[in-house]
Amino acid sequence: MLKQIEGSRAVAEAVALCRPEVICAYPISPQTHIVEALGEMVKAGTLAPCEFINVESEFAAMSVAIGASAAGARSYTATASQGLLFMAEAVFNAAGLGLPIVMTVANRAIGAPINIWNDHSDALALRDAGWIQLFAENNQEALDLHIQAFRLGEELSLPVMVCMDGFILTHAFERVDMPTQEQVDAYLPPYEPRQVLDPAEPVSIGAMVGPEAFMEVRYLAHAKQMEALKLIPAYAAEFKAIFGRDSGGLTHTYRCEDAETIVVAMGSVLGTIKDVVDEMRETGHKIGVLGITLFRPFPLEAVRAGLKGAKRVVVLEKSMAVGLGGILSTNVRMALSGLHMHGYTVIAGLGGRAITKQSLTKLFLEAEQDALEHVTFLDLDWAIVNKQLEREKAHRRSGPVAENLLRDIGVVAARNY
Amino acid sequence: MSYQPIKFYQTGTFTVGNRLLPPEQRSVQAQQKRYNSLNSGHRACQGCGEALGARYAIDAAMEATNGRLICANATGCLEVFSTPYPETSWQVPWIHSLFGNTAAVATGIAAALKVKMQKGERRHIRVVAQGGDGGTTDIGFGCLSGMFERNDDVLFICYDNGGYMNTGIQRSSATPPAARTATTPAVGETPGNVFGQGKFVPAIALAHDIPYVATATVADLRDLEAKVRRAMELSGARYLHILVPCPLGWGFASHETIKMARLAKETGLFPVFEAEHGEITAVLPIRHPLPVEEYLKPQKRFAHLFAPRLRTDVLTRLQALADRNIQRYGLLEKP
Repeated sequence: MLKQIEGSRAVAEAVALCRPEVICAYPISPQTHIVEALGEMVKAGTLAPCEFINVESEFAAMSVAIGASAAGARSYTATASQGLLFMAEAVFNAAGLGLPIVMTVANRAIGAPINIWNDHSDALALRDAGWIQLFAENNQEALDLHIQAFRLGEELSLPVMVCMDGFILTHAFERVDMPTQEQVDAYLPPYEPRQVLDPAEPVSIGAMVGPEAFMEVRYLAHAKQMEALKLIPAYAAEFKAIFGRDSGGLTHTYRCEDAETIVVAMGSVLGTIKDVVDEMRETGHKIGVLGITLFRPFPLEAVRAGLKGAKRVVVLEKSMAVGLGGILSTNVRMALSGLHMHGYTVIAGLGGRAITKQSLTKLFLEAEQDALEHVTFLDLDWAIVNKQLEREKAHRRSGPVAENLLRDIGVVAARNY
Repeated sequence: MSYQPIKFYQTGTFTVGNRLLPPEQRSVQAQQKRYNSLNSGHRACQGCGEALGARYAIDAAMEATNGRLICANATGCLEVFSTPYPETSWQVPWIHSLFGNTAAVATGIAAALKVKMQKGERRHIRVVAQGGDGGTTDIGFGCLSGMFERNDDVLFICYDNGGYMNTGIQRSSATPPAARTATTPAVGETPGNVFGQGKFVPAIALAHDIPYVATATVADLRDLEAKVRRAMELSGARYLHILVPCPLGWGFASHETIKMARLAKETGLFPVFEAEHGEITAVLPIRHPLPVEEYLKPQKRFAHLFAPRLRTDVLTRLQALADRNIQRYGLLEKP
């Protein structure tokens, strides 16, 4: 059924259709609307039987999900940013124990300085935690990926993180096609755990593992993720058969035929990039887009196949490996091993900095001329950066950086970037 | 043949064996059909109080639930010595997740079981969470308090040996004042753990107004078992804090574990009581009041209070703590 609803609401309704049995919630922007909506459904009895637990921290949220999942229940939670870091130990633990929890991450920057707006620093900080990580381009895909996430996670006994851009998607009202309960039931079988806490068949879960087997346990976690690379396209195909639309998969190429320049990105910014590419195509530029839906496991072969014919690759990412450059671009580079092409890393949109068509157009034109630095920070305000650097040279006690920069900018209303 | 009359309750407790008692007074632990939930062969130290406490408590919980029990366990001695895989000593479904999240994991299990029961997929199963004092009063305290205030259907058992014994005897917030640990060494003018710090989590549990809070020691088996049984009769958040002496960390002979627990209780340093819905309902009275020295002297962690010079100043402060417990909880038997 077509609906014009908020992204968070769409995700909540999709999660409800998956018949979760335990949901734990701790408020953090911008994911709050998702668990609020689910809490309302449980309270009203429209989502039943289901336990909705208001926990005291994100660490507890993931821990409750761990307990519930180990006891055989389909478990769900949502978080963002600091919340994801606060639960980090339990995030690794859920993966290590092989518990197929599904979690929405409404992507948001990590402090300090505290910032509630969107970038991908949170999810990418936990890229090696052992979770499958899917990135949604729009609200329809966010909704669909949740349904696929339960199927995938439960088949592999691995937790799945569905990442959607905070505010840009979570708070955007878009048209979505909401599936029916019958469709979801046809796609998603009841959860049949591989391991479960049961007095009828007592097992110990979470024993200490020494050097004699630790490597092997970790290898199996890797091997399972590699299996996901095969399962995800198959599940996307099945999804299309039942729901009638393309959603999920590993990567998506857009106008890459004969493209000399291919832009790689994840999440909602792909929409803006595609608009720019459309305009540039009209004026004869050979440019295309490779959108990455699956970040972990990283689809090396699909990325390589998608980029092979290009002369240059521009990886535009909302994340940063401090002291190195990009995170996504480092992964992409591994996919291009042995291929000779220009590779550019563009860090953009950190902490919610708007990524505009105007800036992208300029950037891509420069890329085509190979006039880009290897690492570019899009729309960086060099004036305040340099002022701070000078201040630090001049005074030992130069003060807190963020506050200095804000003072340099002065009172800000809406800015045009 | 000479006749020796048997005097029951010689030391004020049930020191006679089960076979001399009527069936209803027999302990779970002394019965042949006990569950052995924490089975033999584990790797606890000789004389480990925690191993005793855990076996007593979980066997009693198994008895009370007809074996329909799931345990969540914090990281720590109990977790490490019981599951050096491929050997596990647990004959109950058991999960270890992390150090600080055991109460929350148990909440999740209880929530899952509730839904599964509503769906008719599972019969009634109860949940016990357990950890040491570090996993309870320090790193696990946030999750514990959360579980309490939500009144989740979990019995949390803290096995209190007054420190981080698994990592080499460091101070926790349950380490008593003046005790020597690796991080409160017996050096300087005020050797050992500082006064005026630390917390008594049973009192904090009481302040949550949860259905059941009790303390116990491994010295009073029947009292401990009765408290587990009572806890399992109730629903909601329940807390049992068991004093489990540690021969290694405290520095006493490994055959004196029970004695140490009894001395802690008899001196008043560890109050043994029971409370329902925030109100204390019973205490285990001190039968033979003893000065705190009796408890402190056999333990190497307090050796610096007796040599090279007798620290009467410190002993007086410790005695004052015991006296305050006796006063606060009414521990002296009414004449």
